[in-house]
Amino acid sequence: MGEVIVVTSGKGGVGKTTTTANLGTALATLGYKVVLVDTDIGLRNLDVVMGLENRIVYDIVDVVEGVCKIKQALIKDKRYGSLYLLPAAQTKDKTAINSEQMKQLCGELKKDFDYVLIDCPAGIEQGFKNAIAGADKAIIVATPEVSSVRDADRIIGLLEAAEMDSPKLVINRLRPDMVKRGDMMDIDDMIEILAIDLLGVVPEDETIVISTNRGEPAVTDKNSKAGEAYRNIARRITGENVPLMNLTIENGFFQKLKKLIGLRDS
Amino acid sequence: MDIFNKMFGKNNVSSKTVAKERLRLVLVHDRANVSPQLLETLKEELIKVISKYTEIDNSALEVSINNSEHSVVLVANIPIRVRRSMNTVC
Ligand SMILES: Nc1ncnc2c1ncn2[C@@H]1O[C@H](COP(=O)(O)OP(=O)(O)OP(=O)(O)O)[C@@H](O)[C@H]1O
Ligand SMILES: [Mg+2]
Repeated sequence: MGEVIVVTSGKGGVGKTTTTANLGTALATLGYKVVLVDTDIGLRNLDVVMGLENRIVYDIVDVVEGVCKIKQALIKDKRYGSLYLLPAAQTKDKTAINSEQMKQLCGELKKDFDYVLIDCPAGIEQGFKNAIAGADKAIIVATPEVSSVRDADRIIGLLEAAEMDSPKLVINRLRPDMVKRGDMMDIDDMIEILAIDLLGVVPEDETIVISTNRGEPAVTDKNSKAGEAYRNIARRITGENVPLMNLTIENGFFQKLKKLIGLRDS
Repeated sequence: MDIFNKMFGKNNVSSKTVAKERLRLVLVHDRANVSPQLLETLKEELIKVISKYTEIDNSALEVSINNSEHSVVLVANIPIRVRRSMNTVC
């Protein structure tokens, strides 16, 4: 029996879809059977991030309405044979599915897959409720910004109320240069405020944009820092103990200048 | 002391410290599901009730939500007007 993990955030645009795509791909490269479920009905995106948008025939609403079998709606990934996508419907809205149907669907999927990753829509309404309905665990994605952390806190409260045990935090779009000059909350600040366990930290990285342009998740790019971060997180999900990546930067302009004229941080 | 930090205005409070402070406050209210307006209403009602029994300094009355280690507490600081005559020891 597999595990259903929902990727959620409250606030929109903080990286849920990017995280789902990359973690799913990384887990598949580790040899696990993985299905990604897009529950952002009406605003589907996971298909384009995965580069599978041209292969969609049926979607999640067709499945719950019994128009097709689950297997018929699953899209096989281009690169990895053990990776599948169940796309969201684009022309319906969040109320096209209810929580009970979602629970059933997740129950079916985890019979066949090691990991079922659910890409949750932004917000705390029906779409969120559906996304968490069948989940065993939750990953909270938050960026080091006041509004994102505030929304993450609200989501953590709602997950507690739904009796989902201890969600784990992924900090996304961290900028070590800004942290260094005191203009961005750091890892410890975020953990202290949210009081949940850290699963990983993904730096702000332009390779995310490039890989999304191509429809190939960044984890497939050996040189991508964000990709490396996501590969580490995937291994932690499987229970491996992987230390945090070193994100400190030492070659900024002022550092170079300081070195040059012999002024170093003590 | 780092001369570069001095030159580039590090003596101001960093924006991340401001962010943390603001978050801490807003989360205390979010978590307790108590808005600043609700606190204001509560304060007015408290003044009404307590005034029935003793004379209080309305302007100095403070009601706030505080976060302690493992709990959230409602704190009311209610200064009572005390007459000198009552205080003197006979
Ligand atoms: N680490 C990163 N570095 C740079 N860009 C990033 C990073 N993570 C996400 N992005 C960019 O941020 C944007 C939003 O990401 P994404 O779509 O994954 O967020 P989301 O939480 O799924 O949004 P929504 O709430 O709309 O579903 C995308 O354009 C993505 O490329
Ligand atoms: Mg998304």
